Amino acid sequence: MNKTNRTYVRVAVLGLLLVALVFALYSSFVKDPNAVKVGGDAPNFSLEQLNGPELALDDLKGKGVVLNFWGTWCEPCKKEMPALQEQYNKFKDKGLVVVGVNIGEAPVAVEPFVKQFGVDFPILLDRQSQITKLYRIGPIPTTFFIAPDGEVKEIFIGQLNEAMIADKMSKILPK
Amino acid sequence: MDQRKCECGHTNPVGTLLCESCGKPLNVEVYEQTAFPDMRYEGMARRSQTYTKKWIDRIWNYFSSVKIAIGIIIVILVASAVGTIFPQQQYIPVPVPTEADVARFYTDTYGVLGTVYYGLGFHNLYSSWWFVTLLVLLGTSLVICSLDRVIPLYKALSKPRLNQHKSFLKGQKLFAEGELAPDVDQAELLDSSALALKKKGYRIFRAERAIMAEKGRFSRWGPYVNHIGLILFLIGVLMRNIPGFYMDEFVWVREGQTVAIPDTPYYIKSENYHTEYWSEEEMPAKLELNGGVIPKSFQTDAILYVNKNAEVPGKKPDLIEVQKGPIIVNHPMMEGDLAIYQSGVQEMQLGALNFVLVDVKQGNKELGPIKIDLYNPAAEQEIAAGIKVRVLDYFPDFVMGKDGKPATQTNLPKNPMVALEIADESTNQNEKLVYLQGSVLTQKSDGRFGLVFKKPDLIDISGLNVRIDKAVPLIYFGAFIFMIGVVMGFFWQHRRVWVQTQEGTVLLAAHTNKNWFGLRREVDGLVEQLKLPVTVEEKTKA
Repeated sequence: MNKTNRTYVRVAVLGLLLVALVFALYSSFVKDPNAVKVGGDAPNFSLEQLNGPELALDDLKGKGVVLNFWGTWCEPCKKEMPALQEQYNKFKDKGLVVVGVNIGEAPVAVEPFVKQFGVDFPILLDRQSQITKLYRIGPIPTTFFIAPDGEVKEIFIGQLNEAMIADKMSKILPK
Repeated sequence: MDQRKCECGHTNPVGTLLCESCGKPLNVEVYEQTAFPDMRYEGMARRSQTYTKKWIDRIWNYFSSVKIAIGIIIVILVASAVGTIFPQQQYIPVPVPTEADVARFYTDTYGVLGTVYYGLGFHNLYSSWWFVTLLVLLGTSLVICSLDRVIPLYKALSKPRLNQHKSFLKGQKLFAEGELAPDVDQAELLDSSALALKKKGYRIFRAERAIMAEKGRFSRWGPYVNHIGLILFLIGVLMRNIPGFYMDEFVWVREGQTVAIPDTPYYIKSENYHTEYWSEEEMPAKLELNGGVIPKSFQTDAILYVNKNAEVPGKKPDLIEVQKGPIIVNHPMMEGDLAIYQSGVQEMQLGALNFVLVDVKQGNKELGPIKIDLYNPAAEQEIAAGIKVRVLDYFPDFVMGKDGKPATQTNLPKNPMVALEIADESTNQNEKLVYLQGSVLTQKSDGRFGLVFKKPDLIDISGLNVRIDKAVPLIYFGAFIFMIGVVMGFFWQHRRVWVQTQEGTVLLAAHTNKNWFGLRREVDGLVEQLKLPVTVEEKTKA
């Protein structure tokens, strides 16, 4: 083998190994490529509504969407619910919708809760926690603020107060 | 000057220890026999020693060094050891839902060391960027070290040197020299040596005044074969990061329930769960079990469905059965690359409460059965003509809230509380009853309706581990190749015997890469058989 060939072979072998290195590093940094991220698209899903037809996230394109994951067993969710309802009333005519996703509970458990807080935004029932897994929900409440084009603008983990909700909602209103 | 000339006239590349043509040691010092070059690479120049001018060659040469390889291995070993000092993230005993919780756990539990541990990524060692980098560097070193050595070795071994320089023969660990009587036919001596060695399984190379007998050359490729196996293994491990190649999920399925398997179009239904126990007769000896039992098998009878409506998650599924059968520990249900393992169970969990509604006023006359499915209670059910039962409130895991109102701690029916309303439409009677912790609270002390408890429905919940690992065949194949390499290198030896006649003397030398005892016996046998006038000396190398 002459010198030029040797160099080519070495470049090729080292190049392949470099590709392997880049790939290995990439996959160690991006641990979960399917996770929902700020700046990424909110994955579409469709769930049955409490007392209503199935609702798909894509049906709400063109509106700002506040996607709130909650459960009746979660104290901060209870405290947050009236604030969400209050701000929903203020913003719903400006092209904004609040969608509550209940995690894995029976309708008979959800309904009294919803009535108690006078919630009238759509409540979706994630009976098998499928969407909860899709959105990688850890602690609740977790709230996604989604722009009219479907882009996730903000993910908030924990209890929101009215001022925070109002501020975040105003950023996802349709122009 | 990147070449050096041997006295035989052959020019060798820099780094050559034994002349490629005649085998004479090229360094002046090695005339001292104790310093004879290592035969490991046949005295060939390692390829990387040859050219060092371009930057690419410098990188190549760096990885070609065995010292560097050992260094990388030691660093990996030390890092792996350090990774066992505190638990890895997946074994943290308390829930840590967010990254901040993980960081806090290490700091709170282990102090400053914990902070450092977390900061350096030891909590997720195998996927930390620097550990992954080390593994790829090890792979690089494996490839380059092997290439750099196997090619010159192959070249050297495929052109056996016959007329070796005397100092090459003298440098071997087994060497003998003796005067030949003048009447000895030298050609015949070589012929009979060749024949004797051939019978021992040697392959003979013959020149006019020399023979070289060789066997087990292929064992020299063993280390390179096992390096190929290791590289395949590493590629397999790396391939797990390609989307769709690797999945490891866990789902809980109740008897009778059909659940979606995350990230796949499949749904799985548990028809029945069953634990089998060893019977007394099956046990080999009397065991002091004190009434205890030993499980024999854990089995879920399952049906696997594929969802034709899988594009939109959560949408009402359109299920088609693909497979039906038992899932037993170590006997997963397989569907293509998908394997579903039995890997956990919660037995005898509350599934539904059963009551019989009675009319207290009519001497506890039975009106009809009520079933409250704790996972999906019906909002309203008709028990008997005109008598309806409605669920007003349901708290699956009851707790009295701080505000004095009933609440639930989780969404699992661990401690159910149900508020029922019983309505008799014919008499327009309405009564409320509350079930809690095995008792019934009534609204009125002299109410008409009462509940009689029946045995609740107890269900088993199967924990199923769902895995895809497309890299497994490659990983096993790599391990298999590795094993072949080890066997090649360990159980065979590369033995060579040289016999030369030079001006009235006979020279005998032998070399093996291991098992000198076996070689010595063969050489002694040869000397004895041919009555060679030599004494074999075995040198110990300094």
